[in-house]
Amino acid sequence: MRTKSQEFWKGVQDEAPILLGVVPFGLLFGALAINARLPVPTAQAMSMIIFAGSAQFIATQMIGAGVSGLVILMVIFVVNLRHALYSASMAPHLRHLPPAWKFLLSYLLTDEAYAVAITHYQQEGELDRKHWYFLGAGLTLWSSWQFSTAAGIFVGAQIPQDWPLSFVLPLTFIALVVPSLKDRAGTAAACSAGMVGLLALDLPLRTGLLLAALIGILVGLAVEKRQEP
Amino acid sequence: MNLWLLLIAAGLATFATRLSFIFLIERLRVPDWFRRSLRFVPVAVLSAIALPELIAPNATWNGLPLQPQFYAGLLAILVAWRTKNVLLTIGTGMAMLLALRMLLGAP
Repeated sequence: MRTKSQEFWKGVQDEAPILLGVVPFGLLFGALAINARLPVPTAQAMSMIIFAGSAQFIATQMIGAGVSGLVILMVIFVVNLRHALYSASMAPHLRHLPPAWKFLLSYLLTDEAYAVAITHYQQEGELDRKHWYFLGAGLTLWSSWQFSTAAGIFVGAQIPQDWPLSFVLPLTFIALVVPSLKDRAGTAAACSAGMVGLLALDLPLRTGLLLAALIGILVGLAVEKRQEP
Repeated sequence: MNLWLLLIAAGLATFATRLSFIFLIERLRVPDWFRRSLRFVPVAVLSAIALPELIAPNATWNGLPLQPQFYAGLLAILVAWRTKNVLLTIGTGMAMLLALRMLLGAP
């Protein structure tokens, strides 16, 4: 069994490849926030207080366009709704933890940290130290998001639109999902969610993603039910 | 609305969404189908994020023929399935993408 510190550093190590895809977005966000005439402390605070990439991009554009605060707030809420799914899926694994840990890990529950941490939770091994792995992965992502935001604010970003490194993110998700597909129900959930995600790409505010995930989950449940004797 | 107030409200809303079930699960009686559905969350969400990137990269559908991302992603799926190795999957996928872009003279 791994010690706390071994778990923590394994989390750091497993989160590291994703940073290739995340750092360019942090740079871009910093530069975009300054272009939208956000003051420097506000731009950096946004990455610390909200800490959710797509919501920050949309909010910054809306602030720049002078949209009312209440509307921006509602939009951010909708864009981040998928995190409730992550919360539900993490909840059974974090049940035994004291409230302080639950609060800290919830704050760190981004797409990228979730992807790596939930994969670790689903693998063999004792539950009682895996939160250190989650903390390592979450803090790695958190610090790289803060540093890349700061770099984008002060240096600006000249990243071409079709920057190839952004492809690291879908590749990482493929690397995590494919080996976890062990039965027909899981595979059906993945394929249907991917298809709906593609077809619903034009829905606003990442609602297409939410819809795709919900349909994938329902398909998984239905296939699982049919397979029962 | 004051910008700082907006930031703090948005931060709280995001945090509350992330904390929701983690905090509530002990206080709620979760029905059985809900518990069974949880194992599909990661495969469904992550596929819904990743697969569109292979066919419509950067959320843009460019028509046929498919973009290099599709072939690189297909290779990555194959490597992930055969080897279960994260770094190898990312590495071969990126290498394939860059090679195809070079061949096709992408910028």
